[in-house]
Amino acid sequence: MTVLDLLIEHAPALIVAIPLFGAFLMPLVSRVNEKLRNILALSIICLTGFFIWLLATDVLARGPRLYIFGAKNLASPMVRILFEVDSMSIFMITITVILAFIALVYSWSFMKEHDGLDKYYTLVLLLIASTLGMELTGDVFNFFVFLEISCIVSCALIAFFISEGEALEAAFKYIVVSSIGALFILFAIGLLYAQYDALNIATLAQVLKYTFLDKIVLVLLVVVLGMKAGLVPMHMWLPDSYGRAPPSVTLIIIGATLASFYGVLRVIFTLYGNVLSNAMRFALPVNVLVGWILIALAIISIIVGVIMALVQTDLMRLIAFAAVAEVGYMFLAIGTSIAALGSPYATTALQGGLLHLLNDALDIGLLFLVAGALYYATKKRLLDDISGLARNMKYTTVFFIIGLLAVAGMPPLNGFASKFLIYESVYQLNPILSIVAILCSILMLAIFVKVFYAAFLGPELPGFKDVKEAPRSMLLAMGLVAGLAIFIGLFPNIVIDTLVKPAADALVNHAQYISTVIGGI
Amino acid sequence: MFTLESGSGFWNPLLWILIVFIAFLLLYGIRGFGRNTYKKDTEQTKAFLSGNKEPSPDEMHVKASNLYWGFTTSLNNVYTALRKMHTGNTSDYVLWFVIILAVLFLVFGVM
Amino acid sequence: MIEYIPFIAVVGMIFIGLYAVLFRRNLIKIVIGISVIESGVNLFLITLGYRDSGVAPIYTSLPAGTPSPQGMVLPVPQALTLTSIVIGVAVLALMLSLVMHIYRKYGTLDIRKIRRLKE
Repeated sequence: MTVLDLLIEHAPALIVAIPLFGAFLMPLVSRVNEKLRNILALSIICLTGFFIWLLATDVLARGPRLYIFGAKNLASPMVRILFEVDSMSIFMITITVILAFIALVYSWSFMKEHDGLDKYYTLVLLLIASTLGMELTGDVFNFFVFLEISCIVSCALIAFFISEGEALEAAFKYIVVSSIGALFILFAIGLLYAQYDALNIATLAQVLKYTFLDKIVLVLLVVVLGMKAGLVPMHMWLPDSYGRAPPSVTLIIIGATLASFYGVLRVIFTLYGNVLSNAMRFALPVNVLVGWILIALAIISIIVGVIMALVQTDLMRLIAFAAVAEVGYMFLAIGTSIAALGSPYATTALQGGLLHLLNDALDIGLLFLVAGALYYATKKRLLDDISGLARNMKYTTVFFIIGLLAVAGMPPLNGFASKFLIYESVYQLNPILSIVAILCSILMLAIFVKVFYAAFLGPELPGFKDVKEAPRSMLLAMGLVAGLAIFIGLFPNIVIDTLVKPAADALVNHAQYISTVIGGI
Repeated sequence: MFTLESGSGFWNPLLWILIVFIAFLLLYGIRGFGRNTYKKDTEQTKAFLSGNKEPSPDEMHVKASNLYWGFTTSLNNVYTALRKMHTGNTSDYVLWFVIILAVLFLVFGVM
Repeated sequence: MIEYIPFIAVVGMIFIGLYAVLFRRNLIKIVIGISVIESGVNLFLITLGYRDSGVAPIYTSLPAGTPSPQGMVLPVPQALTLTSIVIGVAVLALMLSLVMHIYRKYGTLDIRKIRRLKE
């Protein structure tokens, strides 16, 4: 086979291995030169992106691809670790690598005057490797291991500003909540192995019968992964940690949060795909029950996130509460598509939810980058202390306006395209849900108009006369995200037809996922 | 190719931009019918405060936590309840997780 | 009945660990609670691999007359447990170092006094 075929065949392992190897190179390279370290980190992400692009062209054209560690094919007993890449995984790793690239470009100048940057870059590359691993794997225990790696590394990165007590407190809360959740996931994995003697998702999905222990496993997995994704009322670690981490780190932790959301999708659609429409509880099929529970928690998330964000004084904490509300929108779309499995609007809801994943990551990311630029320029976190910054920071103001309109779902930016699909499909399930979602979207606009007025408009306070514009790499990162937001808003069909539609189809088509592994013996 | 079709509606951003642009052109034409007989940078363009002196920016600054005062005060019950819920105590974070776990165990017929 | 005792112990340990995390104010006690939960889950993983009168799953040192592989306990949960123990050690080290920094910064270990990030 040609070199290209060889690269594509080993691409799933290389996508995780290259950032891992780069992470261990970082302390050595930092001793040589600082610019070299930054350039090396960026080039590692570019190389990973190249492999992701190669793999994407293959998987989107030819269907799911299997990579078995340590053997050429899968013989019984089936306990090999395997990576199974279908279009949904491709969608998620594309989002992760875009967020990673932007975060590294941003942190070139944001972190320049801090110490301990060799450890920072090591941890960032490890976090990227573990998030990519979570999204590529086809094995439940491997998912748990990558989840634990991302928990530990995120905790260390959240506590990066050690001199501030609040960052330590946020990191402690994050690690307590995450490790208890991960231990319950391990308990659920033990229950699954005890019954079926298999650990990879495809084999388990094939032989799963909806016994009493399987009900326990479903509830444990969905609740813990929902907690890691930020579903109310288990969301309270999210504003603490997003608000106190360095903003470039928050961007990548958003990627890890979305990977936990991807875990919920995998568990419900693929692992329990065969039993969802068949098993019954309260004379309803189980998928209706699971869907309506997710919808109920999602509506509460949207309302609580938006209402709490209105009264925050700390800028990054406010954006974090808005992120909780956006996760609520995602769960609303997914819950609709599960509760109405098989109807025509269920596919629209699933596509809207997945597109909202991408849009939310970009928009909330852009808002965090702008907040970081404000912190870099004025060294103040509270909104009460800053005012009238539009006179000196013109580009930042423009990017913030784009982020504001995108997050609130204003046409013609990307937020509207996904929210349009969500509103239209949720309305057909129950009109009240759609009305609540639209009202909370208006409140989201109100929140960010308040931030815009307080931070950028208004009289110029005497302490801010010589505030300078943000450095060039930060402006470049923000410009990239804003450009992507405008592009997806103006041409939503390109993104939907290339990435989102194959992902939604691959998610619902669990038979194809199973037959890639079982048929390949 | 440029239209996003959901099952029951459609959205075409380029058409929307075209329509908004035409509306802006119309508005710009209507603006041209106004008067522009004023002198810039004189007393005619300054804010009028009934003869009082304009205070310094420090005193005039409306802080961010005072915006939306009406909304926040009329929903005071909701906000007190929500603030009491967000205690900041690590044990409470895990307590909410255990409560949701117990409720969902009951709903799914485990217990 | 006697083969159910480890499972009862697992449930007991998880409840004791959750009690320590939920109702204790000292930071170190919360960390100990998490460690107890982790030991409980590891015990569960080891116990589910047990086969009646089974021997250690090593092919080259089986006592005479044991059918293989039916006479061995399951080896896969032992691998899972080893991974989990290592992850638990890393998480424990990280949590304790955070507790040390918090004590140096705030001077107290009471969880109700270190909460600046509320509402």
